[in-house]
Amino acid sequence: MLMYVVRRLLQAVPVVIGTTFLIYFMVFAMPGDPILAMFGDKTPNQATYDALAAQYHLDQPFLVQYGLYMKDLFSGNLGTTFSGQSVGEVLARTFPVTLKLAAMAIALEFSLAVILGLFAGLRKGKLFDNVTLVIGLVMLSVPIFVLGFLAQYFVAIKWGWASPTVGSDTSIANMWLPAVVLALSLFTTSMRLMRGTVIDTRSRDFVRTAYAKGLPGRRVIPVHVLRNSLIPVVTNSAANFGVLMVGATVTEGIFNVPGVGNTLYQAIIRGEGPTVVSFVTVMVLAYVVINILVDLLYAVLDPRIRYA
Amino acid sequence: MKISKSVLGAAAVASASALVLVGCSSNGAETDSSAAADGGSTGDAIIKTNGSEPQNPLIPVATNETGGGKIIDALFAGLVYYDATGAAHNEVAESIETEDSQTFTVKLKDGWTFTDGTPVQAHNFVDAWNWGADLANSETALNSYFFEQIDGFSWDESVPEMSGLEVIDDLTFTITLAAPNAEFPLSLGYSAFYPLPDSFFEDPDAFGAAPVGNGIYTLADAADWQHDVQIDLSINDSYAGEREVQNDGLSIIFYASQDAAYADLLANNVDVIDGIPDSAMASYESDLGDRAVNQPAAIFQSFTIPQELEHFSGEEGKLRRAAISMAINREEITDVIFQGTRTPASDFTSPVIDGWSDSLAGAEVLEYNPEEAAKLWAEADEISPWEGTFEIGYNSDGGHQTWVEAVTNSIKNTLGIDATGNAYATFADFRTDITNRTIGTAFRTGWQADYPSLENFLGPIYYTGAGSNDGDYSSEAFDTLIDEGRTSLDPAEAAAKFQEAQEVLFEDLPAIPLWYSNVTGGYAETVDNVQFDWHSVPLFYEITKQ
Repeated sequence: MLMYVVRRLLQAVPVVIGTTFLIYFMVFAMPGDPILAMFGDKTPNQATYDALAAQYHLDQPFLVQYGLYMKDLFSGNLGTTFSGQSVGEVLARTFPVTLKLAAMAIALEFSLAVILGLFAGLRKGKLFDNVTLVIGLVMLSVPIFVLGFLAQYFVAIKWGWASPTVGSDTSIANMWLPAVVLALSLFTTSMRLMRGTVIDTRSRDFVRTAYAKGLPGRRVIPVHVLRNSLIPVVTNSAANFGVLMVGATVTEGIFNVPGVGNTLYQAIIRGEGPTVVSFVTVMVLAYVVINILVDLLYAVLDPRIRYA
Repeated sequence: MKISKSVLGAAAVASASALVLVGCSSNGAETDSSAAADGGSTGDAIIKTNGSEPQNPLIPVATNETGGGKIIDALFAGLVYYDATGAAHNEVAESIETEDSQTFTVKLKDGWTFTDGTPVQAHNFVDAWNWGADLANSETALNSYFFEQIDGFSWDESVPEMSGLEVIDDLTFTITLAAPNAEFPLSLGYSAFYPLPDSFFEDPDAFGAAPVGNGIYTLADAADWQHDVQIDLSINDSYAGEREVQNDGLSIIFYASQDAAYADLLANNVDVIDGIPDSAMASYESDLGDRAVNQPAAIFQSFTIPQELEHFSGEEGKLRRAAISMAINREEITDVIFQGTRTPASDFTSPVIDGWSDSLAGAEVLEYNPEEAAKLWAEADEISPWEGTFEIGYNSDGGHQTWVEAVTNSIKNTLGIDATGNAYATFADFRTDITNRTIGTAFRTGWQADYPSLENFLGPIYYTGAGSNDGDYSSEAFDTLIDEGRTSLDPAEAAAKFQEAQEVLFEDLPAIPLWYSNVTGGYAETVDNVQFDWHSVPLFYEITKQ
């Protein structure tokens, strides 16, 4: 088990190096000069321009820039933003917010998917199954910014049930609306997976055996059917969690959540290479760790899965 | 093992329902408390407004964008301040006197202090300006170009102390300019000219995170600045100026989008916003009623046709430029596309500037006149026949696409030539091609004044070799008139010279004026006395909260 974890973590090393290089290259290759953009319609004097270019190593060739950046990275220095804050601090500030939002959204998504999927599977072809299918498809096909704006307008502004934006108060009470929006946009796939597996599991021999032993449905369904149907749903929800950790940029923008997606978007627009790469590096690590945790969770759900 | 498995599912369900319950109950509590605050008499009249995270340290001379500028202007008081109409009034200055528009003697009022208790003296201004102008600090001092008029300023070497600044005594100093400029005192209210306390020079980096000012508001604690979220400013009790503050503080909330700020305004979560999102342009005046704000701003929009662009130089160029200008139906475009949130241009400056006029000689070239446009274009064709496409470059990340298409359609239909927009993905990309002179088409340009002066709209853009002269325009007549205006001792005469200089521009049309941007904004039912000043920022200190 421990060996397995160590092996998985070692596999992450080339992934991290490869992604930082690629991202750094892409930011570098992005057209346009970030220093000129800092001055708007006014052109900076050459002396000012040169001083800024030297400060951010923008006057160096790409490989030198990348080398300097990686050197800093390995000495624990993630660099500074154009406004002079350390990227480490920015990450420390934005990551917990995004983590919280993602956790809330996934908890909701998972619960919705499992509960609705289970009942849809048990009542295959009945009214409940069809209604959840239609609702799910609508949620899946409506773009998230439409869902976000509608929720903001009706739930927050018209009915006053929630705050239209999150801002400084990132408590659960203040972030439930964006979390619900994210959950609604994501739950359909997990729900349909759940439904399919429940149908499949119910026809398996061990379920028939359980009923034959005289066990009541209230015991067979949660213990034998539900538990054995969870694996694909867990996988899908965990993958969604990874995606959300990387920042739900659109939703964070609509609800003004001071999270990773929002900050990363601004950094990309400003062409802040070090900020973008540091964020992406941490995100890749987070994604890898989440995936390892998910794989370990399988063993809990299914004793037949063993890691050597 | 078995227990943990069944717990897993139960925990998920329980936590999900807990989330929902917590969400409902504490939201209810929140509504109650805010209702209490509205009716209460706690004296906590904190004005909440929109803004964005400063992109530079909070040092006046380092701040060249509006997010930081709004905060800096609240934290500092300069020699002069501008009222709602753009007129300058002495603030820290007792008097600013000159006999030749080149050497200015500044006397300060006694009794001003910074929030750290140190007095505001002549050396605080002189040291601050010297630091900002010093080439050694140019990576921080992005606005150092404001000092380039002062004698002794250099772009080539580090000059720790400019020869043009001299401290006479604690409350007096003199400024000597390299060349006379009658409008120089007008610029002294701009943030680059704010004073700095002695503590700044010991550690500029620390200062940038926790600035110490002398303005109406103060950052009481560095922790009140929650990066990327909001900044809370309290009242500065030691402020010694004449602007009377009507509230108990200012919270600037950083929004990622105007849409989010507007949503908060509709829910009375923010008191004043100075930008309406495109999505609400059609509805905000009915949403807000008389709480909607829509007035011209000190922002001039145009597109520049580079001087060396083929077919656009010499006599042929003048004809073609005039033809293109007359082929644009500004009235219709501002009405239909901008829903009246732009005002058609009638000169090269802005209506909010003292001395602005909409009836300069030659201004009729800005009126839509398809017959005359077609005639002039035909005349130009006789000099050298037109071929190809007329293109206007723009950055597609700034909401410019619709009007560029409307303008090029207007040109296409009137002159019967091909005209299209040329989109750049990012602003950075766009500016790079302009700065390198590789753009090869006409391009969108805009100018926001730093201080309320006619000259500020003209000299920096059209003077030969000026920093933002992106079209490389050069006219001896124009340069002479600007020089004469700058050296004139009489403000009225100076204004007349600048207007004459504009008449030269109407002849040559180095840029085609389009419209003035309006400031669009609004305020919530919770506040009164909201007035936007000449550079489109609400006068926060005047706002009262119910």
